[in-house]
Amino acid sequence: SFVAGVIHPWRVSAFERLLWRACRGYLVASFVEMPEPMEDPATGETITWVIFLISYWGEQIGQKIRKISDCFHCHVYPYPESEASRADTMNGLHSQIQDLSVVLEETEQYLAQVLDKVVLALPTWRVQVQKMKAIYLVLNQCSFDVTEKCLIAEVWCPVRDLTQVQDALRQGSYKSGSSVECFVQRIPTSESPPTLIRTNKFTAGFQSIVDAYGVASYQEVNPAPYAIITFPFIFAIMFGDVGHGLLMFLFALWMVLYENSPSLRQASNEIWQTFFEGRYLILLMGAFSIYTGFIYNECFSKATVIFPSAWSVATMANHSSWSSAYLATHPSLTLDPNVTGVFQGPYPFGIDPIWSLATNHLNFLNSFKMKMSVVLGIVHMGFGVLLGVFNHLHFQQRHRLVLEFLPEMVFLLALFGYLVFLIFYKWIKFSAANSRLAPSILIHFIDMFLFTSNAGNLPLYRGQVPVQTVLVVLALASVPVLLLGTPLYLCCRRRAPRTGHHGPVATGDEEPLLEGQEAGNSVNATKEDVESGGHSPDAQHVDFAEIFMHQAIHTIEYCLGCVSNTASYLRLWALSLAHAQLSEVLWTMVMRNGFVRLSYAGGVVLVPVFAAFAVLTVAILLVMEGLSAFLHALRLHWVEFQNKFYVGAGYKLCPFAFAPDVGE
Amino acid sequence: VLLGIFFNVHSAVLIEDVPFTEEDFKDGPERIYGLYEQVSYNCFIAAGLYALLGGFSLCQSRLNKRKEYMVR
Repeated sequence: SFVAGVIHPWRVSAFERLLWRACRGYLVASFVEMPEPMEDPATGETITWVIFLISYWGEQIGQKIRKISDCFHCHVYPYPESEASRADTMNGLHSQIQDLSVVLEETEQYLAQVLDKVVLALPTWRVQVQKMKAIYLVLNQCSFDVTEKCLIAEVWCPVRDLTQVQDALRQGSYKSGSSVECFVQRIPTSESPPTLIRTNKFTAGFQSIVDAYGVASYQEVNPAPYAIITFPFIFAIMFGDVGHGLLMFLFALWMVLYENSPSLRQASNEIWQTFFEGRYLILLMGAFSIYTGFIYNECFSKATVIFPSAWSVATMANHSSWSSAYLATHPSLTLDPNVTGVFQGPYPFGIDPIWSLATNHLNFLNSFKMKMSVVLGIVHMGFGVLLGVFNHLHFQQRHRLVLEFLPEMVFLLALFGYLVFLIFYKWIKFSAANSRLAPSILIHFIDMFLFTSNAGNLPLYRGQVPVQTVLVVLALASVPVLLLGTPLYLCCRRRAPRTGHHGPVATGDEEPLLEGQEAGNSVNATKEDVESGGHSPDAQHVDFAEIFMHQAIHTIEYCLGCVSNTASYLRLWALSLAHAQLSEVLWTMVMRNGFVRLSYAGGVVLVPVFAAFAVLTVAILLVMEGLSAFLHALRLHWVEFQNKFYVGAGYKLCPFAFAPDVGE
Repeated sequence: VLLGIFFNVHSAVLIEDVPFTEEDFKDGPERIYGLYEQVSYNCFIAAGLYALLGGFSLCQSRLNKRKEYMVR
């Protein structure tokens, strides 16, 4: 008789030993490992089972063997005695295996089909679930009125859209078929409303850089429309180069023209997303850079000679009769504009291209750019103070017009507006003929504050000293007006209605006094007086201290800020100088090496040299300098321009929208 | 290409980019002009090489795109 079964491979040796000890050799056992691993139905692991076949004699031994194999958790299978039945069982088992495998295959195919169908529908299901979740989130925020079985929600809504909201509510209740209509009512509130500024895709970029500093307070003047022009312009002053500006402009143009292509919109790279959002910003910045590049006359650090240069070297050479000996001993020669014919008038647009060949190029440019930065800075700041007027008018604070705007403007213009005037006056009045006698504006300006004068520095115009004294006195006088004006005015305004109240109370109570109800009434009257009088000085004191401190801070910030911010605008000069020098260095150190070889092999050498030049231009000059100039222009806007008028303490209106929720 | 044109026109702004030596300054400006022209030819050669490279890479990218379509 036989026992056949399958056993776990780890238990084989123990099984064998136990069998031998128990049955004392009255059996023959053979163990064969299975050819391939199969899955254990109980635990799910794939194990290479060991098949065993035990042949034994005797009934009791058979029972012992079966018990032992039970203990070892073997799977025992019936093993028929005769050969024919064994073959039958084999065939039966084979056909069973085939049937089962067919069934398995068909089930898997069916499963795959079902899953494919689900995959098509899965994104829509996900979106639906998220939308429902978002709607329920909002509904949870409404308050539930149990008595009338309705939901009440308090919302902020722009006044212009009120009719639209009512229409939508009406449509909603009609579509859902309910008998009761939803309606909307305006309720008064003391909270400050959120700010909503409607933008289109062009202005959204500029509004976002203003909002990054602070969202505008409710109904405050919005600097974004002015920033559309001033920000790219200030950027361009620091970036001025025709070639680089053109590259930037083309890059932004490509982004703008293809802005609807899905591959550009759905990029996962965050840095790319930032650039893409600001594509209109970059477009304007590039365009303005081309303009300032023409003014600085720089195209990849080389000047363009669109109009013929106004300086003539030939006339200078002929006049001074430069001989070879003279040329050999003097490495640098000056073109004297006082000689007729050397200087034929200013260049029509921008800086003369001859300056790029001159060794004192930087001396000339530095003076020009410094003055330009200061002039632009004062114009920008003055514009900022002017924008504050809109705020004062809108919030019905006309007293601030006289008590704040006027002293601020007087201070700014008397000191720094006068500086601008001096700059322009000196440019106009002094020509090449008397340039040696031209006074220094800087020394005049310092003397103006110190009330001294320098003998060696000639006055710019007659009566300069008294004019300057008057201006300084005016500016100094405007400081206490700025400091004390608004607090005193507010203080007086608060006292006036209180004294008005006291009047009727006193007369009212005087009559009973006169009629003879003396003691009680007079006591009452004085008590009331004392009470109301007691309140007002206290409340007044608290308010006055706060207002006064606030105004003092504002005054100090403004006056000191005027000086430091004017100097801060000199970064326009510094950054444009850095950009020009960087591009020049790149040209001389990289590109020039490509021109050295004169043979035709030089053309081949030029290919990698130009490649290196292009890569470095994009990496250093466009990206690094671009980001740097962007940052500094942003800083100038945020700090120097906006702290003249902007409060920026508001919060944004975030209407319910499906888009951001769906992304989660 | 642009640089080649500017060198060909003997632009004065690019004077420092032309490799000259002391003796080139004798006998008038013809030598300098000759140098200018040589540099401009080098520029044109480089531009031509770049055009070749560009065309080659365009062909390659188009071929690869078609291959991808065929595999699918």
